[in-house]
Amino acid sequence: MSATTNHPMVRFEGVTKRYGALTVLDDLNLEVGRGEKVAIIGPSGSGKTTVLRMLMTLERIDGGVIWVDGEPMTHMQKNGQMVPAEPKHLRRVRSKIGMVFQHFNLFPHMTALANCTEAPMTVLGLPRREAEERAAELLNMVGLGDKKGHYPAQLSGGQQQRVAIARALAMRPKIMLFDEVTSALDPELCGEVLQVIRKLGSEHDLTMLMVTHQMGFAKEFADRVCFFYQGKICEQGEPKELFTAPKNERTQQFLRAVLEAV
Amino acid sequence: MGMFSLSAMLVAALIAIAIMSLFGDNALFMSGLLQGAWLTVQITLLGSLLAVIMATTAALFRLYGAPPLRWLAVTYVEFFRGTSALVQLFWLFFVLPLFGISMDPFSVGVLGLGLNIGAYGAEVVRGAVQGVHRGQWEATTALNMTRWQALKRIILPQAFVAMIPPWGNLFIELLKSTALVSLITMSDLTFRAKTINDTTMQTIPIFTLALLTYLVMSLTITIGMRWLERASLRGMVRGRGR
Repeated sequence: MSATTNHPMVRFEGVTKRYGALTVLDDLNLEVGRGEKVAIIGPSGSGKTTVLRMLMTLERIDGGVIWVDGEPMTHMQKNGQMVPAEPKHLRRVRSKIGMVFQHFNLFPHMTALANCTEAPMTVLGLPRREAEERAAELLNMVGLGDKKGHYPAQLSGGQQQRVAIARALAMRPKIMLFDEVTSALDPELCGEVLQVIRKLGSEHDLTMLMVTHQMGFAKEFADRVCFFYQGKICEQGEPKELFTAPKNERTQQFLRAVLEAV
Repeated sequence: MGMFSLSAMLVAALIAIAIMSLFGDNALFMSGLLQGAWLTVQITLLGSLLAVIMATTAALFRLYGAPPLRWLAVTYVEFFRGTSALVQLFWLFFVLPLFGISMDPFSVGVLGLGLNIGAYGAEVVRGAVQGVHRGQWEATTALNMTRWQALKRIILPQAFVAMIPPWGNLFIELLKSTALVSLITMSDLTFRAKTINDTTMQTIPIFTLALLTYLVMSLTITIGMRWLERASLRGMVRGRGR
C-alpha cells in the first residue's frame, strides 16, 4: 500500500459500539481525508468522544471496521479473511495516531522534557540525545522551551496541555486526535492551546479530528464539521454552512442552545 | 506526626536506654540484648526484601497473569494471610524436615516471615497499581507503549509512592513478628530478654530495655519510610496527578 494512493486517512465502516444495552454509536460511516481537519460537535452522550477513543484503540468496537491509511486497523487479513487484529498489528497501525486528552494525562513523575522523550526512547528506540533534541524542538514550538525541567504540577493547565501536544507529536503521528482539549481549562488559558493547534494545522500536514465545544474555533479551523446526535452523524458539512444555515432541526436546536450559553 | 517529632521520640528512647544503662547490671543486660537485636535486624531486613519481591510478583500475577498464574497468586495470598504466622514457622521448621527438607532456623525465620508479610504486601501493591488513574494507562496506549513498558516506566513508579506508607506498616509488623523466631530456637531480642530474665530475675529493667530497643528499631523504619516518601514525591503532585 503506497502513500500516494488517494485512500482516505481514516475510514469508519459501519462501526457500532455498545455499552451493555446502550448503543453509543450506531453503524457509523465516516471518512477523513489526508490532511483534513474535522471537528466533531454534539450534545453530551452523543458518542462524539467515543469516536476518538475507538480510533485510538482505547475502546473495542462491537461491529464494523476502522481503516487507517488504507489498511484495516481493528482487523487484519488472514488467509483472505478479515479477522480481529492481533496486538502486533494493532500496535503497528496505531503508531500513526496520536491523541491529546481532556485532562492532559501527563506523567506526573516526569519533567516536561521526559514526558516528551519517554515514548520515543522506549517505543521507537531513539537514542536519548536524539529524543531530547526532538522534544526540545517541540517544546519550543508550543512555546515552552523554558519549561523543559518543570514537572506537570509546576505548570498551569494550559502549559500542561501544550506539553501533552508536544508529547503526542514526538511520536510523529500522521493523525492527531484532540478530545475536548480545552474543556478542563480556565477560559483565559484556552487561547494559548488553540493557538498551538492552529499553528499545527497551518505548518504540518496532519490529519486532525477534534471533539470540541469551542464553536468559534471549529468554525474558523475545521474543513468539515460533523454534528453527532444519539450515536449517529446527524448533519455534516463545511463549517460556514453548518453553523450559519443548519438544515437539520436537531442541529438548529443544539447550536441555538450553545449560543445561548455564551 | 512530623519528621521532627519522630526524630525527637527516637532520641528520647535512645537517651532512656543510655540512662537506664547507668544503673545496676543494666549495661550488661543491654549488651546481651543488643546481640539478640542484631539477629532481629538481620531477619527483618532479609524478610522485608523477600516480602517486597513476593508481594510485587504476586500482585502482578494476579492483575496481569494468565489464569493459572492468577490462581497461584490468589492461593499464595489467601493461604499465608489466612493462617497463623507462628504455625507457618512451626510447619517450616518441624514438618518440612519430615519430608526431607530441612533448613537452619535463620532461613526458616526469613522465609516464613517474608512469605507471610509478602502476602499482605501483595494486596498493598495491587491496590496501589489499581489506584493509578486510568488516564495514565490511556496515555501509554496513545503513545503505543506495550503493557510491560507502561507498567515499568509509568504505572509502577506512580504506584510506588502510594505504597510507601502501608509498606512502612508491614515492615514494622514484620519487625515485631520476628519475636516468633525465639520459639524456633533462635536467640533474637525476645529470646535474649527471656533468658537473661530467667537467670537474673531483674524483670523490670530487662523487659523495659527490650521494649525500648524494639521502639528504636521501629522508629528507624518509620523515619526511613517518611524520608523515602518525601524524596519520591519531590516535584510530583502529592497523591498523584491524573
